Amino acid sequence: MRENKVQIERKDFSSGISAAYFFLAPALISIFIFFFIPVIAAFIISFTDFDIYSLGNYNNLRFVGLKNYSDLLNNELFWISLKNTFYFVIVASPLSISVSLGAALILNSKVVKLKGIFRLAYFIPVVTTLVAVAIVWRFIYHPRFGILNYLLSFAGINPIDWLGDPFWAMPSIILMSIWKNFGYNMIIFIAGLQNIPEHLYEAAVLEGASGWQQFKKITLPMLAPTTVFISIITMIGNFQLFAEPYVMTQGGPLNKTLSVVQYMYQEGFRWWNMGYSASIAFVLFIIIFIGTMLQLRIQKQTA
Amino acid sequence: MILAMKLVWFEIKFSYLKEKLFLLISTLILILSLSCNESGKETVIDFWGLGSEGEFVKQLIPRFEAQNPSIKVKVQMAPWTAAQEKLISAFASDNLPDVFQLGNTWVPQFAQLEAITELSSQLPESKIIKKENYFEGIWDTNVLDSLVYGIPWYIDTRVMFYRKDVFEKAGFSSPPKTWDELYQLSKKIKASHKGEEKYAIFIATNEWANFIIFGLQNGAEILKDNNTYGNFNGEKFTEAFSYLTKYYRENLTPLGVSQVTNVYQAFAEEYFSIYISGPWNISEFKKWMTGDLQDKWMTAALPGPNENIKGISLAGGSSLVISQRSKYKNEAWKLIEYLSKPETQIDFYHLVNDLPAVKEAWKDTSLSNNPYMKAFYEQFNYVVATPKIPEWEQIVFSKLQQYVELAARNVLSVKEALQKLDDDVNVILEKRRWMLSRNK
Repeated sequence: MRENKVQIERKDFSSGISAAYFFLAPALISIFIFFFIPVIAAFIISFTDFDIYSLGNYNNLRFVGLKNYSDLLNNELFWISLKNTFYFVIVASPLSISVSLGAALILNSKVVKLKGIFRLAYFIPVVTTLVAVAIVWRFIYHPRFGILNYLLSFAGINPIDWLGDPFWAMPSIILMSIWKNFGYNMIIFIAGLQNIPEHLYEAAVLEGASGWQQFKKITLPMLAPTTVFISIITMIGNFQLFAEPYVMTQGGPLNKTLSVVQYMYQEGFRWWNMGYSASIAFVLFIIIFIGTMLQLRIQKQTA
Repeated sequence: MILAMKLVWFEIKFSYLKEKLFLLISTLILILSLSCNESGKETVIDFWGLGSEGEFVKQLIPRFEAQNPSIKVKVQMAPWTAAQEKLISAFASDNLPDVFQLGNTWVPQFAQLEAITELSSQLPESKIIKKENYFEGIWDTNVLDSLVYGIPWYIDTRVMFYRKDVFEKAGFSSPPKTWDELYQLSKKIKASHKGEEKYAIFIATNEWANFIIFGLQNGAEILKDNNTYGNFNGEKFTEAFSYLTKYYRENLTPLGVSQVTNVYQAFAEEYFSIYISGPWNISEFKKWMTGDLQDKWMTAALPGPNENIKGISLAGGSSLVISQRSKYKNEAWKLIEYLSKPETQIDFYHLVNDLPAVKEAWKDTSLSNNPYMKAFYEQFNYVVATPKIPEWEQIVFSKLQQYVELAARNVLSVKEALQKLDDDVNVILEKRRWMLSRNK
């Protein structure tokens, strides 16, 4: 009797699974066709010298083994782009997360009025097209007419060629990208903040905890899952830095803002060195993968 | 209960869908049957134009369709940015139109891809298109191994735009004829702006054309051994390159590209007084040089390395080509012939300001009476094509411009920059060497 019941349950269970697969099938099939097959194809291509000559005639395709990867590691430009990308990730990610958190805290506090309007205002840059944003920021950064240099002139600072100076170009890109993107993380942080039960703060106030103590002992630990999520997506997003330098500086001056993805784009879609470009993609994939793993491990240890 | 409601809702949605589907299918059938009827008597050819050319050429099509009632032309406009990527992707997915516009430096790439057809079966019999109707240097950009792959549609080249008033102040009543005169003049202009942040000339580090033009003027062979090795390090190119880097080192031209966001405004403000550029800028300069400045600027053919050598420039512009896989090559050719008639070319000039490729069209008063055009007409007789290999754009855009910037900013010496440039170019050309050695 009892055995029978178990069997029925198992049967239900397994038929449930196949039903689930049935309903998932359209999504799974399209992911397989439009995601996995191209990824596998790109992986194979990364061992060939697929280029414009091969596009016309497959006889011009050579299997080159690991040559693309070894060329890549010996290419000065790749290391420059990698260095720039790391610079961007390491500086921009924590900055942008703290700005988002700060904005979220302010907008979540009870003292602030017109929260809806501010939330909208901070979120607008996220949904504005980057090309429009870039035009505005190019004027802000303009060495002769830009408002930034104009404001700095009151402090007695000489005009700086923000996007044209090899030293300042990357910080300028970082500033703009933080301004453009912090609204997105801010919304997630606000959602996280609203999930913290109010009674924790009430208890803390009764115990006589200061605002800073409340923030450190309640807000931060309760936000930890949100922060992990945000720092991982921010890091992944920042590793894929492309659009900002592409429209602002085209990688210049002196390749100081050339990112890995932009380098990949140039090699692949401007010069049609598809094989080489695919190898860049896989190196970037490995780097992002390692970065994510490290971050998860660190977060696990501290938790 | 909920399940039942869901089912009902689904039912409603589905019947709604069915209705929609029915409508869709019936319209499709209607469209299909209509187009079937049409294709009985008419051939439809696809034509892709780029940017404003693609937009305005539509206005010339009705006349062609009236003259050729059996041909219908479907014009599509593709934006200039990423045009090459789009065309190559279209080729890879077998979606190229029958006839399309191609920047004439892209012709070698598309010929190599076997994407465009060579025209020897159409060209010899044509009464309208003849080699001698075109400027020699321009025609040559379409020729590969003595086979013609494209017909020039409109043309451009780079000449000198200059400020007449500034030249006169510096004691030059006519534009410089030689490199040395240009240099002396630039020094004088710079000296007259003492204390101000103003320059004589604008040689942008991200415009490779300047460097190739001066190299070619000096007789440099830019790539050697059948275009399989870089030769930037050669004596002639080094000479030209050093000459131009002098302008950066002596502060005669602004260094950063971002300092000049608007060349026209900068030109109007005398931020610089000389700019080497093409006909696409004439209307913009006219727009900015208004009021007192209206007659203060002019165009001139480029100076040469010395009195005995005419200054050459690059053969630019767009060609019309036919896809190799087109089923309607003869109809496509008829369209090209129509667009190459002098009167169509003049109409096209009035529409988009693109300079006509056919010499006959230049006799029209709108061109012959235009003072800014004189320099262009003169220059077109001295234009040359850049090396005709698919890798050319990669070499100049990614490599030459990179080392120009490094040399201009004095990070590398001229010698080092050109040596490294050659090394990089030789890596790019490895595939070409392999292919040529295999064909032997």
